[in-house]
Amino acid sequence: MSTSGSETERLARFNVSPRRRRKDRIARGAILGATVLALIPLLLIVYYLLIKGLGSWSPSFFTTDPTGNTFFKSSSIGGIKSAILGTIEIVALASAISVPIGVAVAVWLVEYGKGSWFAQLVRFFVDVLTGVPSIVFGLFIYIVLIVGTGSSFAGYKGSLALALLMLPVVIRSAEVILMLVPDALRESALALGAPRWRVIFSIVLPTALPGMVTGVLLAIARAAGETAPLLFTAATTKNTNFNLGQFMNSLPVQIYNDVTSPTTAVVNRAWGAALTLVVMILLLNLIARLIARRSRLA
Amino acid sequence: MTSNGSSLRTADVEPDELMEPGQARPPEIPSTKPQAIVPPAPSAAPAKPGLSVRLEKLRAFYGDSEQVKGVDLDFRANEVTAIIGPSGCGKSTMVRCINRMHEEIPGARAEGRVLLDDFDVYDSSVDVVAVRRAIGMVFQKPNPFPTMSIFDNVASGLRLSSRRGGDLRSQVEAALRSAGLWEEVSGRLEEPGAGLSGGQQQRLCIARSLAVNPEVILMDEPCSALDPIATLKIEELIAELKQSVTIVIVTHNMQQAARVADRTAFMLSGELVEVGPTQEIFTTPSDSRTEEYVTGKFG
Amino acid sequence: MEAASVAGGERSILGRSPLARFPDRALKYGLTILSGLILALIVYFFIRLVGEAKPAFAKFGVLGFTFDNDWNVNAEKFGALPLMVGTLITSGLALLIGVPVAVATAIYVTELAPRRVRAPVTVLIELLAAVPSVVYGLWGIFFLAPKLQPAEQWVADRLSFVPFIGGGTVTIPNYFVAGLILAIMILPIVSAISREVMATVPLDHKEAALGLGATRWEMIRIAVLPYCRSGIVGGAMLGLGRAIGEAIAVTLLIGDAPVLGGHLFGQGYSLAASIANEFGEAQGLHRSALFAAALVLFVLTLLVNGAARLLLLRATRANKPKQGDPQAIGEAATGA
Repeated sequence: MSTSGSETERLARFNVSPRRRRKDRIARGAILGATVLALIPLLLIVYYLLIKGLGSWSPSFFTTDPTGNTFFKSSSIGGIKSAILGTIEIVALASAISVPIGVAVAVWLVEYGKGSWFAQLVRFFVDVLTGVPSIVFGLFIYIVLIVGTGSSFAGYKGSLALALLMLPVVIRSAEVILMLVPDALRESALALGAPRWRVIFSIVLPTALPGMVTGVLLAIARAAGETAPLLFTAATTKNTNFNLGQFMNSLPVQIYNDVTSPTTAVVNRAWGAALTLVVMILLLNLIARLIARRSRLA
Repeated sequence: MTSNGSSLRTADVEPDELMEPGQARPPEIPSTKPQAIVPPAPSAAPAKPGLSVRLEKLRAFYGDSEQVKGVDLDFRANEVTAIIGPSGCGKSTMVRCINRMHEEIPGARAEGRVLLDDFDVYDSSVDVVAVRRAIGMVFQKPNPFPTMSIFDNVASGLRLSSRRGGDLRSQVEAALRSAGLWEEVSGRLEEPGAGLSGGQQQRLCIARSLAVNPEVILMDEPCSALDPIATLKIEELIAELKQSVTIVIVTHNMQQAARVADRTAFMLSGELVEVGPTQEIFTTPSDSRTEEYVTGKFG
Repeated sequence: MEAASVAGGERSILGRSPLARFPDRALKYGLTILSGLILALIVYFFIRLVGEAKPAFAKFGVLGFTFDNDWNVNAEKFGALPLMVGTLITSGLALLIGVPVAVATAIYVTELAPRRVRAPVTVLIELLAAVPSVVYGLWGIFFLAPKLQPAEQWVADRLSFVPFIGGGTVTIPNYFVAGLILAIMILPIVSAISREVMATVPLDHKEAALGLGATRWEMIRIAVLPYCRSGIVGGAMLGLGRAIGEAIAVTLLIGDAPVLGGHLFGQGYSLAASIANEFGEAQGLHRSALFAAALVLFVLTLLVNGAARLLLLRATRANKPKQGDPQAIGEAATGA
């Protein structure tokens, strides 16, 4: 029986050289470090939002409109009521436009267009559309609906710009979910003697529903946070109104305008509004993820 | 031997007694001898005659590749016909041409005629959806609709084809009874269809197909995903069902074909090699290729 | 034959009224038209944008506008080179800082992390995408930029001999902070795509490396990263597209200096920022120039994104099983 010493010696030639081992350890440390680094900003942002934003929260913060008064320290600057309501209104309309159209296009891509070159083309362009800067969407609506018609800013025009932004996102996520519905289900339904449209509405869509709701909610969360498309379409206003045909305020635009103000109180309001906006978006994200868990598909 | 299934097997068949010297041996018979699957006495419901199906020069393509090469085959009314053959021989493809499911695959097409009774299913005036109501299909993997209850699953065929008229409840019950599932689920019709066992799910799918009153039912390896007990239940079911529908069953399990089918067709590489009463195919096949397959030399 | 009537009574076995076929046809053609409209929309987009930009191009020429180094609103001179360079600098910074970190997170999640840590880390990275750009700007200008200023000044002083980085005073809005925020903003998308591609690396590749006695990092270096190269590049390009087009966060963090190059820690400008900043009050030729800038931006992002998508298509197609074998198609189709 050999001593453990010579065993170790004999196996020693299989050992990983210390240099390689060190490299491995350094690399793994660097990767872990980078990951931690990536997570820090999120934590800092949340922390800072809470610190600076909670202070502004108060019942009147949510129930008063901004007064547009940014210069005089003594007068009240108001709250963000019109911004919150404006965001809800604009995004609701944008969703009402983009979701049905987006789902319809996704249904076509998966149920009817499969394999055709035309479908490939549409899919490619939809993918490309997801990369268009949001400010360009705003400008487009501006050109078509404001310059083109000589009319002025309006809430619904902001909604249209947001709808354009949401459309590719909705199409893409709906398409992914529809493709996850097993073909066996479609086949069974077809074999029972169902017309294709019935198969889609009664079998495919209900099965895909949770996944699609998730995708839609995430698209809405994205649209709610966008500023640039609204700058030149819905513009902004102080007062709450429920008329989408007029100027309309929104949280992102309100924040954007407040950030550059010299008055501290106004900047604090921006923090409070930012916290509100982030809470709304995180809530939507949370609900979306919870619904995704209930989905029967991957 | 008549083509009435009950005479095919008796309980005490000894392989050697059927043999003549020099003939091919039948497939290895498991130690439990094939039990007689004798259809029960005619049930209260009157037997509805199914229809016959005839394939004439049927060819099926995936793109340019020809998978079924000119098949002429008869499926006789109210009989069970089994299609056997090695993997990839085109048996599933051929059967999917009968209810025109084959063409749902992008790039796939079929040529030839498929005559349900005397109507060519591929005639241009014929509506594909109607074909599938008359010719139902049960798939390999049981796939009840996941979002629906047991009741809704069985009713789905009726609802999807918007065939109203008649009491939905009683039609569902009748279908479940015909599928031999009523006893087991009558108390829990509202439960999800996916909550049943594999064998029960497959019988649910059979009930679903039965509910629309087809003339023919195509079964594509319906038992390959099931355990032996569930398989046996379904084979018993098939023996019962053929009183009211014509059944075509694709199977890679030769013992199953021997147990269940009146006639058997053997396919190889997209061609129909031989068809005949099941007994003959397994004991006295005419074609050497059939003989080699049933004796397990390949496949 | 009698069987037909015995079986079905008045029901016609194989016919269906043309009316019943209508929903299927309507749905199919309606949806096809809708999808075609999407394509038409994009084309229309382009045409209108060009139309509005024409006066500027007419005055300065297309190349002149794009490459002239003079963006002077008051003098009504509009050459977009400073904007382009500014866009390049900020996006370049974003890629330089963001892509390695993003790829590192992807490696960590797919190869190194303990099972239970994977999901939380993934979710946290994805949440970075949920933060609106205006909030990034807000946080950047009031927290990050002031916090970094001393360090930036230190670097600028130490490296005063290096052009662009060294010397000068550090302003609060500057290229570096803008680039850094952009890096954070593109982290989620580059990470997500890298993760997806890395998850498709076949197990045998990795096991082959490990079986040779490679350390974990060596295995990653040999088996995972080369395999994922085009996927990661595609993801990085998508991140680039995002960085190029970001207007709001950059506007708040870059200041207002349409000067070519300038100083890493000094104010600058970008295409998107100029539009966001100046459009509100622009008139006439100025406005047209901004549309022209938007057109340049649009074309740039189209090119970058198009190329990225093509790359990614090719990367993922290489992982799909060989199609074309009729046997396989048949069997796959019928489950036989």
